[in-house]
Order: sequence, then C-alpha cells, then structure tokens
Amino acid sequence: MRFVDEYRDADTARALAARITALCEPGRAYKFMEVCGGHTHTIYKHGIEDYLPEAVTLVHGPGCPVCVIPMGRVDDAIHIAAQPDVIMTSFGDMMRVPGGKGSFLDAKARGADIRMVYSPLDALKIAKQNPSKRVVFMAIGFETTAPSTAMTVLRAKADGVDNFSVFCNHVTIIPAIKAILDSPDLRLDAFIGPGHVSTVIGCRPYRFIARDYGKPIVVAGFEPLDVLQSVHQILTQLAQRRCEVENQYARVVPWDGNPKALAAINEVMELRPHFEWRGLGFISQSALRVSAKYARYDAERIFQIPGGRVADPTSCQCGEVLKGVLKPWECKVFGTACTPETPIGTCMVSSEGACAAYYNFGRFSRERVKEATRQ
Amino acid sequence: MCLGIPGEIVEILNDRPDLAMVAVSGVRRAINIGLLEDETVAPGDWILIHVGFALSKIDETEAKAALDFLESIGQAYDDEIAALRESMIEQG
Repeated sequence: MRFVDEYRDADTARALAARITALCEPGRAYKFMEVCGGHTHTIYKHGIEDYLPEAVTLVHGPGCPVCVIPMGRVDDAIHIAAQPDVIMTSFGDMMRVPGGKGSFLDAKARGADIRMVYSPLDALKIAKQNPSKRVVFMAIGFETTAPSTAMTVLRAKADGVDNFSVFCNHVTIIPAIKAILDSPDLRLDAFIGPGHVSTVIGCRPYRFIARDYGKPIVVAGFEPLDVLQSVHQILTQLAQRRCEVENQYARVVPWDGNPKALAAINEVMELRPHFEWRGLGFISQSALRVSAKYARYDAERIFQIPGGRVADPTSCQCGEVLKGVLKPWECKVFGTACTPETPIGTCMVSSEGACAAYYNFGRFSRERVKEATRQ
Repeated sequence: MCLGIPGEIVEILNDRPDLAMVAVSGVRRAINIGLLEDETVAPGDWILIHVGFALSKIDETEAKAALDFLESIGQAYDDEIAALRESMIEQG
C-alpha cells in the first residue's frame, strides 16, 4: 500500500486507525466532510480511506477556490482581457479553467495578453513596468488569499500606481459550509476544518456548526497523520456525545486567526449581497468585492462587465462533487471525456480539485472498487 | 496557488520593513512580511508563505514536516516553486 511505503510513521498511523475503529459504534455509519481541497489531496495521495473502517466515509467539500468559480465569471474576465491596452494576470491554476467561451489559455491563443503570476504583487510589478497598460489581477481564493490581494491594493495606493485593478472573486468559507449544512442532499456527521483558511479566520467562526447544527468540527493539518488524528478527535467527540470546535493544527492555526490579515480584508473589501458558486448556486454574503473607498482599483467599476450566467455543461457533475453528493469517479465523464489534460469541469483543473486529486492518485483504489463490484 | 510553503528568512531589508529575503526550496526571493507586523522575525526564522505573503511564523520542525509533505505531492508543488522562481516581488 502506497501509504505504508511512503509514510515513515506507518506504525503510528496503524495504531491510530485501530483506535478509530474502536470508537465506531456498531451498526452506525459516519460521514465526515473535509472542507479543504488540500485535505482531499492528502486523502487520495496517501490512501487515507484505506486506513479507515468501512463505517467512516470522507466526503469532499467545496474548499477549492478554482473549482467554485462559475463559468460566467471566467467569461467576464476574458471579456476584460479583450479590452484595449489590458494585461490580465492570474494564478497558474486559473489558466485552464473553462468558461462558456473557453479558458484563459484559449483567449491567450486568440491574442489576449494574459499572464500567469505567482503573487498579486507580481501583477502590481507588471503595472509599474507597463504604465501605458491597464493591468488587471483576476483575484480568486478564500480568506487565505484575500489578505494578499488587499495588501497589494494598499501597496498600489501607497506607491501611487493607478493602472492596476482587481477583478475580485474572493469567496468566504463560512457561508459555503452553512449552505451545505442546509442542503437536503447530504447528511453529515462532522467536519474536518480547513487548515490555511483558519490561519487567517481562526477557529471562532466555526462555533455555529457545533452550537446551531450540533456537529463537531476539527481544524486539521495537511499531513496524513493530521487527517487521521482529526478523524479520531471527531469520533471521540461523537462517542462522548459532545460537539465542539477543536484545533488539531494548533501548531500553525491560532485560535483567533491573524488579526492583521482580517484587518487588511476589512479595509479594502466588503461582502457582496450574493455570489454564484459553481455547484452551490447563489449564496448570500458569501464573497468579497472591492469597497467603494478603493473604487479606482476595482475592475468591476472600471470596465463594463457582461455578468452573464453560463450553465455548466450537462455532462459535467462538478456541482454534485463539490457538494459531496457524488464521489469523483461516479461522475459520468470522469477519466473519459474529462481528464486533467482536457477538463470539462473545474474539479478536474486544479490539483486541489477532488477529481484531479482522485485522477492522479486514486487509480489504485478505484480499480479495487471495480473488482469488488464485479465479485 | 492554494499551497502554504515554508521558507527560512535569510535577510531583513532595512529600507523595506514589509519585505524579507526568504529561502524556499533553494530559491531566494523577496516575500512580503507585512501581515506578521506584530511578530518580530529575524534571519533563521521559518514562515508559512502563501502567494508571496508570510501568513504565520512556524517552528523549524513544522517547516521540515511541511516540506516533506509538499515534496511528496509532486506536480502541484513543482508548479508552485516554478511560479515562485518567476516571481518579480522585489524592492521598489
């Protein structure tokens, strides 16, 4: 098994797995959602599910910022990129995300000036180097990434750069978790909370999950043992009839988050009344836009945005995958029409997307599933 | 872009207090430390970096564990380091 070969603490993992099994009540099935795409990656890469008892199912959540961008927003960004004197910039992960009229890569091939950057600060640098151009940063990401965009806008203001703007698509994790909790499609017993997002927002915002919904949440690190440890903590809570917010990743995540990062977001951005999420539909107060105070850095005020809605291709079931209703391999086009090279849906594009993670690392388990079904 | 990458601070830039030179997997790049302002950082300290910004200070053990993990995930980490290599964050 890959997990044993690759992870040096296999004995610890096995011991932990035995304790997890012992905590499961006979006849009860457990469904835990890992919210963050980074955890999905760990789970598939290291075959965590092979270590868990059959009673425990891990369900993949919406925590991949690339995956939740609706096709209409990609089209809007490509529309901006096609305006005169525009240089569009974004993270590498965005380049192959398909919109209704193709991806950034397709638009680039048609002549648009679209550049991949590592950091929004690189986009700002491009603006400084090209004063006659209008440089737009396609900002995506949860609260992990939003402070970086906000700090870059503040830097642009401090440096007097007026040819830089942000096409803001930042989303917030709490409303998405709430939407999933309110969805009738899925009954979950607990959550494995996101790691890096919590570095910024801390653990307090999750308290409603325990208080209002009566479900445990354990914020977890990204190593295989972290994920197993968090599953153990969740099962311990359930066995003791407790539901609380616990922080398994305290070595990196402070309980109160990063106040400076939160202050930067609050200074530059404000909540939108509503925002469309791929797969989850419109969720109120679930995304950020540049606030009026920083209007000159807001691409949505500088450019005419078509703002059209584009339905996902009918063959694509990313929505169900993002809500955890379908496992990646249950999608009709998984691994056939939709692959990382020619993705139809966003979950296959980003390496944190459940489908891409499963495609890259899950073949072994999948073949086993097939064999089991045949027998 | 979603990865948090550990880096070791090698130099604090006196004329730009919001930037530090950081070594990340053999790449030496300027990283914004403006989100850490309330914590003091010095050469030898480890930080968790996300899209060019230090999000938090971490200890060396955590940094090594995180690097082991990132190296194990392959392509996504290689892409991130390649992007970092191209990064132009710098003084001025």
